Amino acid sequence: MMTPDLLIRTLPMQVVPPDWPGGYWWHWLFFTVVLIAFVLTMVMGVIYVERRGLGRMQSRLGPNRTGPFGLLQAVADAVKVLLKENIVPDKADKLVHWLAPVVAFVPILMIFAVVPFQNGALLADLNIGILYVVAISSVATVGVFMAGWGSSNKYSLLGAMRNVAAVVSYEMPLVLAVVGVVLIAGSLSMNQIVVAQDIPFILFQPLGFLIFFAAGCAEINRSPFDLMEADQELVAGFHTEYSGMKFAMFYLVEYAEAIAISAIITTLFLSGWRGPLLPPWLWFIVKIFVVFFFMVWTRSTFPRVRIDQLMAFAWKFLFPLALINLFITAIQVLIWPDALPWILIIVNFAIMGILILLWSKLFKLGWGRVEV
Amino acid sequence: MKFERYGIGLIKGMMVTIQHLLRHPTVSQYPEQRLNISRRTRGNELIWSREKCTGCATCAKTCPQGAIEIVTSTNLADNKYEVETYRVDTGYCIQCGLCVEACPYDALFMGYSFERAKYRRGDLVQSNDELLESPERPASGYYHPEIAEKLPEQTLLIDKIVEKRK
Repeated sequence: MMTPDLLIRTLPMQVVPPDWPGGYWWHWLFFTVVLIAFVLTMVMGVIYVERRGLGRMQSRLGPNRTGPFGLLQAVADAVKVLLKENIVPDKADKLVHWLAPVVAFVPILMIFAVVPFQNGALLADLNIGILYVVAISSVATVGVFMAGWGSSNKYSLLGAMRNVAAVVSYEMPLVLAVVGVVLIAGSLSMNQIVVAQDIPFILFQPLGFLIFFAAGCAEINRSPFDLMEADQELVAGFHTEYSGMKFAMFYLVEYAEAIAISAIITTLFLSGWRGPLLPPWLWFIVKIFVVFFFMVWTRSTFPRVRIDQLMAFAWKFLFPLALINLFITAIQVLIWPDALPWILIIVNFAIMGILILLWSKLFKLGWGRVEV
Repeated sequence: MKFERYGIGLIKGMMVTIQHLLRHPTVSQYPEQRLNISRRTRGNELIWSREKCTGCATCAKTCPQGAIEIVTSTNLADNKYEVETYRVDTGYCIQCGLCVEACPYDALFMGYSFERAKYRRGDLVQSNDELLESPERPASGYYHPEIAEKLPEQTLLIDKIVEKRK
């Protein structure tokens, strides 16, 4: 680990867009097309992994009829949903109802603008990359709330309100976990965070990784925190009243968000595109799938939490732990900047174990009731 | 000190799901892979033996639904009592098996096959030759243990879990 100053001096020069004819516009056009194609194809791959993996974990097979190994199931579903009737409820707020899927989808696409596929291969190497991600990803919630409000359906509204509550609460530990990484890397730029990761930051920040993973799952409504589309209570939550293409957009948003969170976790904690042998972009995609598989794994294992458990977990467990993690990381960066990596790794893992044990001991719901 | 409340429970749960991922799924893919149903299955169709039936109509009297209709006539030339029509409205049949139990001449059986859905309601009324035993309509072991012995053994899904993955 190095001090921020030294780190910045040793970094390679920030990669500039290629000097093609037309200059920056070609870069912009190329990466826009690549990113949209990347998100859409990755969504298909991820849906396949999710459905087959979830199926196998539940001792089923999952879709295996359409195409070889069921690979074309996502295509078949997409075609089906595009051909379906688009129903708008009579009392719906038409404009809001119509805009909601777009407002939800655009920010997710925008996140990928700052995600590096290899050194310098990204749409815009913002020097505040991760801050941009945090800011933009929250906008998707507006889309979800518009969907809930515009549908004029009590279940939709309940689901959307829960979503807003969850996102507002989980944003805090999420950002605090990110700050730990930023302290070590000494930069907010996603590309430079990756460049700084000679050793993946998951080893320096194990607690930060767990906090980010849990908070990220809650932020994108994945099980066990998928209260906002809890099928058993709320039909389908905010997209109950959606059908046809607009439903497909929400479905797309759900998985694009999962990919975005996986990509950010990969970039922040798993040293992004870096890796031996394989080309960088392939490493990046492989790591995204690994993280996503972990999400599927947790989804298949854990039961859904209650709303009070959700809030208590964010404010009483993740938030203080994230603060302490940030504090400890700051001390380590300031006081022992030259400590050997493996000592820091051992220390950090020990701290993680002790803190989790301690906080589990102290964690209580309500006024000291213990029926957890 | 028990660690279940401190995150160990979560890890245990995740180990269970990953073991499910690695073992054989507990399913059979129906139209291609079929499981043998239990030998003791009652079955959901009626099989009638023209040779053994005497037309006594005990089955028709026992049927709680009145689904069996039997028309007999006296053949004076051969000095015989003949069954003209044996008709079952399987739409009414509740698969109780009382007719099979009641038959004094072992002329009735429940069926072993299970894909007996029909597309038209009229097809549910089956009579005479449609009720005979055939390779598509084997008799089940209900009330006839000697038939049950010859039926194939039931496949259990538990065997599929331990089956080697291909």
